[in-house]
Amino acid sequence: MVVADALASVGLARSGRVATEQVLQWLDEVMDPEVPVVSVVGLGIVREVIWHYGPDAAPRLQIVVTPTYSGCPATEVIAASIRDKLASHGVSPVEVQTRLSPAWTTDWMSAGAREALRAYGIAPPAECAPGAGGSQAIDIGALLDPSRRVAVPCPLCGSPKTRLLSQFGSTACKALYQCNSCLEPFDYFKPH
Amino acid sequence: MVPKFEYLLRLGDNTLVLAQQIGAWCGHGPALEEDLALTNVGLDLLGQARLWLSYAGEVEGKGRDEDALAYLRDGGAFRNLLLVEQPNGHYGDTIMRQFLFDAWHRHLLAALATSDDPRIAEIAQKASKEVRYHLQRSAYLVVALGDGTTESHDRMQLSLERLWPFTQEWFESDPVDAACAQQGLAPAAHSLAEPWRATVEAVLARATLELPNYTGHQRGGRQGVHSEHLGHLLAELQSVQRAYPGARW
Repeated sequence: MVVADALASVGLARSGRVATEQVLQWLDEVMDPEVPVVSVVGLGIVREVIWHYGPDAAPRLQIVVTPTYSGCPATEVIAASIRDKLASHGVSPVEVQTRLSPAWTTDWMSAGAREALRAYGIAPPAECAPGAGGSQAIDIGALLDPSRRVAVPCPLCGSPKTRLLSQFGSTACKALYQCNSCLEPFDYFKPH
Repeated sequence: MVPKFEYLLRLGDNTLVLAQQIGAWCGHGPALEEDLALTNVGLDLLGQARLWLSYAGEVEGKGRDEDALAYLRDGGAFRNLLLVEQPNGHYGDTIMRQFLFDAWHRHLLAALATSDDPRIAEIAQKASKEVRYHLQRSAYLVVALGDGTTESHDRMQLSLERLWPFTQEWFESDPVDAACAQQGLAPAAHSLAEPWRATVEAVLARATLELPNYTGHQRGGRQGVHSEHLGHLLAELQSVQRAYPGARW
């Protein structure tokens, strides 16, 4: 997370601005609409909080977010929720800008968010394999062999004996697993 | 003709048309899990289509946005590969089409991720992560069905034979490809042939399916010469905007 402070760097007056830490605290209350126990901050999609001065010299807040998946239908709801939350604290208008690069990864998810997922019954994502995103070589063996997949512990009973039921679950970001020990099916937040 | 605009249309149209195709399985999948998985793949592709077409509209500079390009162009102005407009058929046909495309898409995006155009590179990096998972899924299913029962094996072999003629135009360079490759925007079309074939051969071998050995093939999608299937698909895709121009909700 980069907290850029364009204003301080040019030495302008600080009136009318809320501290970026405060803004982040408020945004930590904006939940992902599809996983309502994880905030947009915990998910790692809030990339930057920037204060600008408009042509009328009034301070304007810009929030830079990155999408989880290109087609995630929650993206627009999240932008609206961010604006609503900040407006409820008197910060308006707020510009929500989308940034694609670097691409979002579940490795940016906070430890608190992972624990919240687990407590909610969703297995948190394993760490991504290094270089998994862009490499030209495709390892067909690894692609097809289920025994070479990372074990996903059951979020309910903790058993490591689980199996993949479906590569997609209720949303694009999840897969469906079942525990062989307690037999409960559960969602797995895919490493991405 | 601006090569970069044309090239972006190809990327956008491939993903838009395939997203529309597999979206048609929603509620009709052979199992709930398959239904969910295919529509989620479609959603990824639709998201990618929006990114490519938005950029295409900006590059063109005539005020057309992603919606204008998706909803208000006729078939002859679409630049997608012939493969993606082939009918869904039975589930094996859909999976085989998806696998052949995913394998190519994966290699293409890995190359585009290092494009000299930063916007192309960042969209490709984003999409590449999604498509890696698409390929993992479609390859797994091709093996499960190919190396399944006699019935599923034979049907998958037929799917492969039927779709194979639509897989070779991807590797033929035309002036748009050549110009984009020369400008460092995109890889040369033929450079993906070997990596694609290696991936496909490895998976088909595991699936006990045989690579078709005929060389005749169909071409023209990228230049706007399509099969009749595209017209039917667009009639559905564009019907609301054609009937109620500018409608929003």
